[in-house]
Amino acid sequence: MALPMIEIDNVSKEYRLGAIGGTTLNAEIQTKLAKLRGKEDPNSKIGAKQHGKNERFMALDGVSFQVQPGEAVGIIGHNGAGKSTLLKLISRVTAPSGGEIRLRGRVASMLEVGTGFHPELTGRENVYLNGAILGMTKAEIDRKFDEIVEFAEMAQFIDTPVKRYSSGMYVKLAFSVAAHLDSEIMIMDEVLAVGDAKFQSKCLGRMGDEASNNNRTILYVSHNMSTIQRLCTRVIVLDHGRVVYDGDTAGGVARYLSVNRDEDTVSYLEDLPRDPACKMKVKMLKAWFPGKENNLFVQGGKIRFRLKWVVNADVFNLVLRIYLDHMTASPVGFSSIPFGDCKKGKEYETEIELDINGVIPGAYYIGCEFHEIDSSGSNTWHDYVQNMMQIEILENQQIKLGAADHTNKIPWNHNMWGSIRLASQITDNSIESI
Amino acid sequence: MDEKRPLTVIKPRSGWFDLNLGELAHYKDLIFLFVKRNFVSMYKQTVLGPAWAVIQPLLTTVVFSLVFGNMAGLAADGVPSFIFYLTANVIWSYFSSCLTTTSNTFISNSSILGKVYFPRLVMPISTVLSKLIDFAIQFSFMVIFVVFFALTNSGVHPNWYVLMTPVLLLHLAMLSLGIGIIISAATTKYRDLRMLVSFGVQLWMYGTPVAYDMFSISAFAPGGKFYWLIMSNPVTPIVNIFRYGFLGIGEIDWHYYIISWVVTIIVLFFGVLLFSRVEKTFMDTV
Repeated sequence: MALPMIEIDNVSKEYRLGAIGGTTLNAEIQTKLAKLRGKEDPNSKIGAKQHGKNERFMALDGVSFQVQPGEAVGIIGHNGAGKSTLLKLISRVTAPSGGEIRLRGRVASMLEVGTGFHPELTGRENVYLNGAILGMTKAEIDRKFDEIVEFAEMAQFIDTPVKRYSSGMYVKLAFSVAAHLDSEIMIMDEVLAVGDAKFQSKCLGRMGDEASNNNRTILYVSHNMSTIQRLCTRVIVLDHGRVVYDGDTAGGVARYLSVNRDEDTVSYLEDLPRDPACKMKVKMLKAWFPGKENNLFVQGGKIRFRLKWVVNADVFNLVLRIYLDHMTASPVGFSSIPFGDCKKGKEYETEIELDINGVIPGAYYIGCEFHEIDSSGSNTWHDYVQNMMQIEILENQQIKLGAADHTNKIPWNHNMWGSIRLASQITDNSIESI
Repeated sequence: MDEKRPLTVIKPRSGWFDLNLGELAHYKDLIFLFVKRNFVSMYKQTVLGPAWAVIQPLLTTVVFSLVFGNMAGLAADGVPSFIFYLTANVIWSYFSSCLTTTSNTFISNSSILGKVYFPRLVMPISTVLSKLIDFAIQFSFMVIFVVFFALTNSGVHPNWYVLMTPVLLLHLAMLSLGIGIIISAATTKYRDLRMLVSFGVQLWMYGTPVAYDMFSISAFAPGGKFYWLIMSNPVTPIVNIFRYGFLGIGEIDWHYYIISWVVTIIVLFFGVLLFSRVEKTFMDTV
């Protein structure tokens, strides 16, 4: 049997909490001197002592797994679970604090699309530069150049400086350089999240082919469960720096959805900065999803959230506006609820139900705004928090809304189709002539 | 087929002698592409293009000639002060620009270095090489003046020591690379050093006979009280040989030239060690 392509052996990565770097030489000398004289460190934060100075944070904690040639492994987990740290270690951007990683093959890491692209250089020059940064020699790039340009569909613009490119063109070119590396191991961090749907589909197709036909190994990190499901043959779920699941894709996705993340479901709004235009007669304090341990919702359902808010001065005709934005900041929908007159000093806790039927799977933000309409009909803002809560709407296998057609082959294109699938049906389909 | 595949082992940061210079050879194309990028991007969308490389030392030379040469009378006797300052400025500006740029390696490239691995030494090495292009432009400009003054009998006598130029350049490149990477390794933690570098380079220039002729200042001349001091500056013997070769003035003291090489090699060796120690984890602190 072939040796594993990647062996991760009890790897951990520790970060010191608090200020690392950022200190000056002077401050460091002061600290050292104070220590010598047995005095209090003049640079320590007040109250920092209770927490202990050497508080450590384990971004990865004893992670072990092996990947065989030809496997496409998806790594999923919530923010801060250690996914990106793991990829950084494997791509040698930083070193682990413990354990050992053995790689049997060349690594192409795409932690970012177009690393080292220089805006002043032409597409051609950047292909060479980017290729070399990723570890290709000039001769290898020469050999693959035409293929790269063809894959990126960029032949026409290859001698134009990339600063004149649209962001889509930039990504296409950068991705195809990385996709043509002669490496046995490919590491990708959510890079497919950009580019149009057609190109995304093409990239996923190519990645899949590379893994199954050319025995390449792929490690892919994403929050996008539909690409994970399409590309990966195996899924590893990380949580708080540990492997909590390692197995088939369907089970991994299910496990991911059940991983507890209560710390993210409550948004404390009191200390957030507000737009100076807000009069703040009403203030939002806290928002959360009652009875939920995560911010994941299944498409076709409803979102319930609770909002705690306080009235600082009498207001009349108060209205709550609710915004739903896609994570790319494009608006999705809007709703408003009238509250009438509210007296000073009252504190409210309101539960709101928002119907998201028709909203396509993806990551969205909910924002809320309180405003007042006076007798003359003009608006006064009282409080507004944009992107108050992040939610993720997951695919519902029964509905299959998240595709252009019902075969699920073409992923939904938020840029072109928005984020809502309109209901449509054929009401008449008679044949006019033969 | 397993035997053919390279094995990479990634371990926690270990000892001091964890160098992998062989890997650099694989990345030689990258070094040259960075050189090209640095050069092309520097002068794109400028009207004068690479002519800027000449303008900067030219202006410095004019200022030096006026201030130090004419007003303070610090230029060497027997040669026009313009060519006296031009020669030293051309070689000094190679050293100082290499030093300032390499000392910023980690900070100014952290966006690339944080996303992809390649031997980190590629960056400072390509910097030192791309500065060579600027030097070549300034140098040809200087040679024109040297030839002009030599032909007009102005006391300028180029001699065979001009052939030392490549050796002198290699020497300066190694020295500035060594010091630059030591500073860059330290700046990942202490940003203060960045501020000190431009200031320090200025001071260093005054400790080197760039703006004055050390042989006409009795304390600095051979046998003078501070001769040993100014000559222990590793750049001084280099500037002296360069000037001697192109202008035929001053003296060459091989004794201090060898000391300068010894210092250079020690600094570079120590620099590469320190750099390789920092490069693995600098992303966590930069």
